[in-house]
Amino acid sequence: MSNYLLFIIIVCYLAILFLIAFLAEKNAKSKWVNNPYVYTLSLAVYCSAWTYYGSIGNAANSGISFLPIYLGPVIACPLWIIIMRKILQISKQHKISSIADFISLRYGNNRFLGALTTVICLLGTVPYISLQLKAISETFEIIVGTPAATPNRFFDDSTFYIAVLLAIFAAFFGTQKSDATEKHRGIVTTVAFESILKLIFFLTIGIYVTYYLFDGTQDIYDKISVQADFTSLATLNGLEGGFNWLFTILLSFMAIFLLPRQFQMAVVENNREKHLKHAIWLFPLYLLLFNIFVIFVAWGGTLTFGDTTKSEYFTLLLPLQNNDTFLALLVFLGGFSAVISMVVVSTLALSTMVSNNLIIPYGYLEKFIQSHPEKNSSYIKNIRRISIFLIIIAAYIFYVNFSIELSLYSIGLISFVIISQLAPSFFIGMFWNRGSARASTIGMITGFLITTYTLILPFTLDSFAGFRDWVDKGFFNINMLRPYALFGIDFLSPPAHAFFWSLICNTLCYLFFSIIVKGNYRERNYAEMFVDNKNYFSLQDNVLVWKGEAYVADIKNVLIRFLGEERTQRALNLFFLKYKLPQNTQLADARLINFSEKLLTGSIGSASSKILIDSVIKEEEITLPEVLKILEESKEAISKNKILSEKSEELTSLTSQLKKANEELILKDRQKDEFLDTVAHELKTPLTGIRAATELLQDESEMPAEVKDVFLNNIIQDTDRLSRLINNILDFEKLSTDRQRVVMSKNNIKITIDKAIQSIQHIASKKNIAIRLKNQQTIVLLYNEDRILQVLTNLLSNALKYCDSETGIIAIDYKRLAGYLRVRVKDNGKGIPDEDIDYIFNKFYQSQDQNIIKPQGSGLGLAISKQIIEKHNGSIWAEKTYKTGACIVFKLPFN
Amino acid sequence: MKKKILIVDDEPNIVMTLEYAFKKQDYEVLIARDGSEALMIIEKNKPDVVLLDIMMPKVDGYQTLEYIKNNTMLVNTKVVFLTAKNKASDIEKGLKLGADKYLVKPFSVKKIFAEVQELLG
Repeated sequence: MSNYLLFIIIVCYLAILFLIAFLAEKNAKSKWVNNPYVYTLSLAVYCSAWTYYGSIGNAANSGISFLPIYLGPVIACPLWIIIMRKILQISKQHKISSIADFISLRYGNNRFLGALTTVICLLGTVPYISLQLKAISETFEIIVGTPAATPNRFFDDSTFYIAVLLAIFAAFFGTQKSDATEKHRGIVTTVAFESILKLIFFLTIGIYVTYYLFDGTQDIYDKISVQADFTSLATLNGLEGGFNWLFTILLSFMAIFLLPRQFQMAVVENNREKHLKHAIWLFPLYLLLFNIFVIFVAWGGTLTFGDTTKSEYFTLLLPLQNNDTFLALLVFLGGFSAVISMVVVSTLALSTMVSNNLIIPYGYLEKFIQSHPEKNSSYIKNIRRISIFLIIIAAYIFYVNFSIELSLYSIGLISFVIISQLAPSFFIGMFWNRGSARASTIGMITGFLITTYTLILPFTLDSFAGFRDWVDKGFFNINMLRPYALFGIDFLSPPAHAFFWSLICNTLCYLFFSIIVKGNYRERNYAEMFVDNKNYFSLQDNVLVWKGEAYVADIKNVLIRFLGEERTQRALNLFFLKYKLPQNTQLADARLINFSEKLLTGSIGSASSKILIDSVIKEEEITLPEVLKILEESKEAISKNKILSEKSEELTSLTSQLKKANEELILKDRQKDEFLDTVAHELKTPLTGIRAATELLQDESEMPAEVKDVFLNNIIQDTDRLSRLINNILDFEKLSTDRQRVVMSKNNIKITIDKAIQSIQHIASKKNIAIRLKNQQTIVLLYNEDRILQVLTNLLSNALKYCDSETGIIAIDYKRLAGYLRVRVKDNGKGIPDEDIDYIFNKFYQSQDQNIIKPQGSGLGLAISKQIIEKHNGSIWAEKTYKTGACIVFKLPFN
Repeated sequence: MKKKILIVDDEPNIVMTLEYAFKKQDYEVLIARDGSEALMIIEKNKPDVVLLDIMMPKVDGYQTLEYIKNNTMLVNTKVVFLTAKNKASDIEKGLKLGADKYLVKPFSVKKIFAEVQELLG
C-alpha cells in the first residue's frame, strides 16, 4: 500500500473522529453520550497500543506473563465500589481536575506536591506516549512496506504529522473551556467509539489467526507444545515467577487508579456516580474479551515465522503474509484507535496538570491578578494548548532519540512503576488523616530516586551504551547495590524488583515522616475532609480553623478575573443564601474563603487558587497553642452543654418527684380534712345530746321525775362518750405519728387474754354472752402488754356489740405457728358484710349496713388496734372465709 | 288537727330530746333512725315537716331530701336539715338541693321549735 493512500485513510479516519467528537460536544446532554456504557468504554483507554501490539509480543516471548497487567484492573474492580466512589465524591466536592490536584489538595493545597506529582506523571507518561508514536510509525511502515524513517529528517516522517494531528485534536476538544472540571463529552465519546473499534478489530484478527490460518485453539496448542521451551511459556515458573506475577498485578492495580488518563476518564469525566455500578463488571469483561486470543495469535505467529523477533506485530504480519491487506489495514486502524485514545486523553490530563499545577502556580499568577477575565481565560486555554503540543513534541523527540531501541512492553512497565510512586500518598492519604505533605514529598522523591537507580538508569544505559558492567557488578562493584538485585533480591524481573524496593521505601518514608512530622492546621483540615468525606459538609463549615482578616470585595475582585462579573455575582449570591448571610456582608469568613478557592480550582488548580485567594486576605498563621485553645473552647462548650442537659434532666425528674409529693400531700391534706370533719362530727354528736337535754331540764320545772332521770342519764352517757372519744383520738394520733415507741417486754399471751376477758366479763354477763378461751398453754413472747390488752379488749367489745344477747358466743384461740403467734377472736354475730371487710380498719369507718341501733363507739377502735399490731411488726385482718359471724385474726412475730 | 313532725336521726339521745319537746307542743311525733326508715314513714304518714340528719347509715339525708322533692304527693312536706356539718359549702349544698331550712348541731331546742313554727306558718 502506498504511503500517501495510507496517510489519506488516516486523515479520513481522523475526520470521522472529529465529526463524532463534534456531534457529541453539540449533544452533550444526550442519552447517547451520557450512559454507563460510554463510561465503561471510555475506561478502556487503558488498552493502548501496548495492549494491542505489546501483549502479543510479550506472550510470544514470555508466555502467559502478559496476563497480570489485565488481572490487576479486574481485581481492582470490586474495590472500585469503595475506593472509586470515595475518589469521585471527594473530587466532585472539591472540583478536582487531575490527580495532581487531588494529591496537592489532600495535603493542604500544597503547591510543591502538586508540581511534584505533575513531574512524576510527565516522566511516566511522555515515554508512554512516545511508545504509542513508535507503534504508529512501525505499523505504518509494515503496512506500506518501506523501511524505517530516518530520525534526522522528521519533516519527512509521517509519524510527526500524525502526532501533530493528534495534538490538534486534543487541543481543540480538550480546551473548549477554561474550567478543567467541565466535561469533555466529545473526547469521551470518541474514546468510547475507538474502544469498540479496537476490540472488534482485535477479535477479528484473533479469530482470523485461530480459525482461518489454523484449525482452532487445539490445533495451535498441539503444534506449539512440541516446541522446546513450551513449558516455560505456559506456566508461572515457580515461586519467582509467582512473585513477578504478584508484583505486576499490584502494579497494574495501582495504575488503574493513578495513570493520568485513567483518572481523567474515571473521575474527571464521570458525571454520574452510579455509572460505576455498570463499569464494575463491564470493564473486566472488556479486558477478558481483549485477551482471549492473545496467546493464540502469539503462538500462531511464532509457528508461522519461526522466531519471535517481530512478535509485537504478528497481528499485521500474519494477514499481510496471506495477502489480506484489507484485514491488516483494519488491524492497523484498531491499533491507531488505541493510540489516539491514549495520546489524546493522556495529553489532555497532563496539560491540565502542567497548566494548573506547574505553570500557573509557579509563574503566571502575578499576571492573572492584574488582567481581565476574558484575557485570563484565554491565557489559561493557551497554556493548556501549548502544553499539549509540547508534550506530544517531547514524546516525539523521546521516540526519535530513545525508544526505537526499546520494546513496547518494557517502556509500558517502566511508566507504570514511575506512576506507582503516587500510590502511598494517594491511597493511604485517603484513609489516614495523619499523612502529611512533608512525608508525601519525601516518600515520592525517595521512591522515584530508587526507581531511577534500579530501573531507569540501568535500562537506558544498557539499551544505548551497551553499558552492562555497572548493572552486573553493582555500584562501585558492591554486590549488594546491583540495580537489578538490590540487597540480594535477584529473582524478580527488573520492573517488579524496582517496584518492590521503590514502593517499600516510599511507603515507609511516608508513614515514618507522617508520624514524626505533623502537618499544619490547613493540611489537617483537608486531611479530615478527604478521610471523612461523608461528613464533608459539616467538616467544611466547622473544622476549618482560620484566623485573619479578609474582605468580600477583595475576594470578589479575584473571582471576577477568572469567572467574569456575572458568574461571580451569581456564585456569591448562592453562597450568601446558603449560609443565610446578608448580601452586603463585608468581612469574609473561613467558609467564603474555602468556597472561593473551590470556585477557582477548576480553572487554575487548587494550589494556585489558594495562593490567589491568600494574596488578597491577611491570614495570620495560627500557632498550635491557638488551635488547641479553639479546640479546648469548643470542647468546653460541648461539656457545658452536656452538664446543662444533665441538669435539665435532673430538674425534670425533680419536678416529677415534686409533683408526686405534691399529689401525695394534697391527698394527705384531704384525708386530714376528712379526718377533722369526722372528728368534729363525732364530737358534736354527744355535745348536741348534752346541750339539748340540759336545755330541757333547765326550762321544764314540771318535768316528770322519770323523764328527768332519762335525760340526766343520757347526759352522763354522752359525757363518757366524749371523753372516750377524745382519749382515742389522742391515742390514735400518738400511734400514727411515730412519736410513741412501743416498749416491749416478755409476756405470756394466756395471761394477757385472761386479763382482757376479765375486763369485759361484766358486760358479757349482763348480755348473757359466753366468752370462751380454747387454749391453756403458756406462750411467751415480746410485746407491750398494755397495748395488746387494748387490742384484745377492743376486739372483744366489738364482738359483744354485734352479738345477740342470750345466744351470743365469743371464742378466742391462739396458736404458735412458724415464727409468729396467731390470735383469733370469733363471734356468732351478724358478721361483717363483704363490701366492708377491706375497710373496717380505716378510722371512723362504720359499716354501711347497720340495722341495729348504732352501737356506742368512737369509730377508731379497729384503726387503733391495727396501728398497735403494726408497731409490733405484726398484721391484723378480718377472715373473709368465716361466714357464721365475725373472725378477726392478728399475728405477732416472735422476734 | 295536730301537726305531724318526723325526726330522722341515728342518735337516740338527740331524738329523745326533740321528741319530748315537740310532743309537749302538741305535735304528732314520728321517729326514724335512718333514711330508708324515714322514707317508709313519709309515704305512709305524709308529715308536715321533716327534721333530717345528713350523716346516717344506708340512705343519707341528701338522698332522703331528693326523694321528697321529687314526689308530687309530698309538695307540702317541709324539710329541715339538722346536722353537725356546719361549713358554708355544706349549708349551700343543702339549700341548693331544696331544704327549706338548714340548722346546725349542737342546737337550742327552743330555736328549733321556733324555726319549725315559722316554717309551718
